[in-house]
Order: sequence, then C-alpha cells, then structure tokens
Amino acid sequence: MSKKKKQETVEAVYHKKLVKRRKPNRSIAGDIGLYVFLFLVAVVMFFPIVYAVSNALKPLDELFKFPPKILAQNPTLDNFSDLFVTLGKSWVTFSRYLFNTVFITFMGTFGHLIVASMGAFVLAKYDFPGNQTFFKLVTVAMMFTGYVTQIPNYLILNKLGWIDTYWSIVIPAFASPMGLFLMKQFMEGLPTSLIEAAQIDGASVWKVFSGIVMPNVKPAWMTLIIFSVQGLWNNKAATYIYSEEKKTLVYAMQQIQSGGIARTGQGAAVLVVLMVVPIAIFIFSESQILETMASSGLKD
Amino acid sequence: MKEYLRKYFILRKHNRQVAFKKAMKSKMCYLFLLPYALLFVLFYVAPVVVSIFYSFTYYNILESPRFIGLQNYVSLILEDDIFLIGLKNTFLIAVVTGPLGYIMSFLFAWLINELPRWVRSVAVVVFYAPSIAGNCYVIFSVFFRGDAYGYVNAFLMNLGIIDTPILWFIDPTYMLPICMLVILWMSLGTGFLSFVAGLQGVDRSQFEAGYMDGIKNRWQELWYITLPNMKPMLMFGAVMSITQAFGVCDVTMALCGYPSTDYAARTIVTHLFDYGFTRFEMGYACAIATILFLLMILCNKAIQSLLRRVGT
Repeated sequence: MSKKKKQETVEAVYHKKLVKRRKPNRSIAGDIGLYVFLFLVAVVMFFPIVYAVSNALKPLDELFKFPPKILAQNPTLDNFSDLFVTLGKSWVTFSRYLFNTVFITFMGTFGHLIVASMGAFVLAKYDFPGNQTFFKLVTVAMMFTGYVTQIPNYLILNKLGWIDTYWSIVIPAFASPMGLFLMKQFMEGLPTSLIEAAQIDGASVWKVFSGIVMPNVKPAWMTLIIFSVQGLWNNKAATYIYSEEKKTLVYAMQQIQSGGIARTGQGAAVLVVLMVVPIAIFIFSESQILETMASSGLKD
Repeated sequence: MKEYLRKYFILRKHNRQVAFKKAMKSKMCYLFLLPYALLFVLFYVAPVVVSIFYSFTYYNILESPRFIGLQNYVSLILEDDIFLIGLKNTFLIAVVTGPLGYIMSFLFAWLINELPRWVRSVAVVVFYAPSIAGNCYVIFSVFFRGDAYGYVNAFLMNLGIIDTPILWFIDPTYMLPICMLVILWMSLGTGFLSFVAGLQGVDRSQFEAGYMDGIKNRWQELWYITLPNMKPMLMFGAVMSITQAFGVCDVTMALCGYPSTDYAARTIVTHLFDYGFTRFEMGYACAIATILFLLMILCNKAIQSLLRRVGT
C-alpha cells in the first residue's frame, strides 16, 4: 500500500515537472485569449438549453411576456404537472407515452448491451475464420445512416409481422454497429493473459465472458448505454408504429406543440423531459465514457 | 505454369481445410457471435441488398414488384427536379456543416484538453449537450419566429437593420443557412468525445522529445505530434460527421416544415420519406436510398484516404 502511494507521489512530481516544462510553448496572453473565447462559445452553445429549461419552469403569463426574460422569475413546476393532468384526460394519457418510451429504451438498450458484448467479446479475443471480414462489414455499416435502410427495414419488419409492435423498434436497436465497434475496441485492451489464465483453470467461454470480461469492461457498458439511450429515447417511431397507444414521447411532443398557444408551457415541459434523461446519464458516466472513447480509433 | 496452378490449388485446398478445422474448433465463438450476426444481417446487410434489388423495379407494396431496369435512376436524375433540389441541398449542407463541424469538434477538444480536470469535465458536458439533447433544436423555432415577437426579428428591428419581420422558415433564402447554423450547433457529437478521449491518451513523453527537437509553439506541437497520434480518432470522427452530414432531415423537417416552401429545404432523406412513406413508391424510394448509400460510402472512402496523409 505504502509502496503504491510512494509511486503515486513520484508520478505526481514527475507530472508537475512536465507541466512546468510545457509552459515555454504557451504565452499567457494566448492562454487568456483562448479561455475567453472558449467561455464565450460555451455560453452561446449552452444558451438554447438553458432557455428551454427556464421556459418549462415559467408560469403561463411569463411565457408570453414581451420583452421576454431569459430566466423564469417565479419558477413553478406547473407545466410538468399539467402534462399529467391535462393529458391525463385524453384518450392516450401522457403517462402512457412516457411508459412506451421508457419501455422501448430500456428493452432496446438492455438487449443491445448483451448481444453486442457477446459478439464483441469473440471478435476481440478469439481468432476464427471470418472474424476480420465480419468486423470490416460492421465498420462499413457505421458509414451510412439508418435512413438508408429504413424503407427495406419496413418491408422486412412487415414480413416478420412486427409492424405496429414495440419489437419493430427494440429488436433492430440490438444490432447497432456503433455499440459493437466501441465494445470490441475496448475489449481488445484487456490483457489476453487474463482470459488464458481462466481457461487453464477450466472456465468455459461463457464463464470467461460473464465472470471475467464483462465485469472488467464496465466503462464500455456506460458508453453503449448512452448511445443506445440517445437513439431510442429520441425515437419518433411513427413509421413503424401506427397505433396511437404505442407511440412515443417524441411523437407526443410534436402533437402537443402543434396544439397551439394554450399548450406552449406543456410543450416546453416535454422538451425538457426529453432532453434531461440523456444529458443526465452522460453527466453521471462522463469519465467512463471518455475512457472507452479513448480506444475508439478507426485503424486501417 | 501447369505445375504452378496445381500447387496453387493444393495450397488453396490445404488453407481451406485449415480454416474449416479452425472453424470447427471455435464453434463456441460462432455461437457467441450468432445473435448479433443474425440481427446485423437482418437489419443492416439485407436492407441494403433489398434496397438495391427493389431500385430496379416498380413496387408499390400492393402489386408484386415489376422489373423496369434503370428506369428509376433515369427518371430520378433526368426528370425529378425536386430530387435535384434535394441533392443540391444535401451537398450544400454536407459541404458546409461536415468539414466545419469536424474542425470545430477537433478544435474545441484540443483547446479544452489543457484545462484543469474539473473544468474540462464541465466543458465536455456543455459542448456535447446540444447533440445529445434530442429534440432541443425545436427551441430555435422560438428564436427565429416569423413575427415581430421572435427574438432575432425583434433584435434586428430594434437595431434598425430591418423594418419588417423576416419569415425565417418560410422565406427560401433564409431556410438553409439557419438549418446549417442549427446543425453546426449540434455537431460536437460522438467524434468530439472521441477526440477528447484521444487527446488525453497522447503520450506526454513525445512532447518532451518534441521540445528537445525544437518545437516552438502550440501549432507546431499540434501538427507534428498531436495530429499524427490522433489519426485513428480522426478517421472515426470523420466517419461520424460524414454520416451525420448526409443524413440531415430531422432539423429541416422540424424547422422548415415538411414539405417546405418551394421544397427549398428538401434533402435526399426527406425526398426518400416522401416517396417511401407518403406515396408508397417503394421502388423509387429504394433507388433514392441506394444513391444515398453510394454517396456516403464513396465520400467516406475518399476522406479516409485523404486523412491517411495527415502529419506525414
């Protein structure tokens, strides 16, 4: 323990020295200029989001005040409770839309995590015929957007009979190439000796996967989760699902926003509900995500 | 020659046997890959193949597809003026927001790299939030509202630059620039994260060596040390931003309407939706999808071969 501490302090001293030595290449004026610039850009970038949040907190009379205030003067949560109260009386309630989105997001992310990790594990750690080819195919799939495949996907889902069910959104989300790619890159960083040792001790492939590899790639879990949630939470799903009671929150938001002036407050509130979840997940898992992204490079 | 061929075939046969034996040995691996591979083929490979196949047919779901050769492509390029508008718009958006967003991602990742740790974490959240905030871009329709109460209009009128409010999302001259602005606002996405992480991983001792070799300012440091180290991330970021730049449709549909005035904000993807999900001309829509697919893949390959030369 003390040895480790000692090493750390040595490293810290070494690091400090490095930082000091890097200074000659930096002018103070340049640094200050850069930081001011960065700060200004950050304010501009973040302004719409702050504005959206404060809009949702404004009571109705403040929403229509002119000239408008950027921050709410008397913040209330009325708009959020209105979502449940006013829309609670409609045929499909707000909580139903919320449930749909949560269900789709949760199922899709969970399945994606397991399926993609299993694939990534063997692609990263075992050598078998077809390994390289398959991975190349996955990287090519990252190069085109989902819009290219949307129409044939509709035809395929139609053949499978999944149109107008949750599965039409959930199951295709399992196969997102991005998740497999990031997971595989991250797993390659695991020491192979770890796996070999377990195999010598008689662990089966499944045991190695669930007992050794998965607990060691926890940072990558979060990365897969954030990308999957981001995609599914914002999924409008209106092309594959046509029953009103199965539609998602984004669809509800568009309905509310087209509901005119009386719904302005609620529209702002849904917007916040929609954006707060991915951002919150990101904030909580930022360091883990960055750790994973460090191995995200695309080699030739 | 004959001898050579014989040997070649023997070698091939041997290789195949080895591969087969290896495959038999690693049955477990295939079993692990199977769920993903199955879904991947079903939802990523098969659709592309299906799409190429249907692009040569007339297919409206009700009747069975009828083979019409290259007719779809010919009418797309020669007769469909709106498709050409969409193509032009997509290219414009891609050419402006793609490289600019990419450079912005790298620049900001690089600039925040030397900030203290906690400031950097906050900065990453601030810069990354717009791209992850889902439909938050809808808020721009409040800023750019067409009447005198819209913030931008009110601001410009107070300054006396304009005397009547501008209909930002209805007047074709303003649609695309504003959409580009919004897209740029959201462009610090996955590539940005990759850059931030990659920059953290650059070996410090290389900078040390660089100072010894006479690197004088941060720009030289960037060009000679940082960029070559970042090549894999640069590739990854490029893939991300190209894919995003060509797939623009959400923003234009939400802000300018669908369809927009004079189709001024039409992109390839909105054209695809129009034919696929409104008119149910699946064959035609598949032809559009195939063209988009080819555009993206070709563009990606071109940029990748360009990026290989970075820092060398």
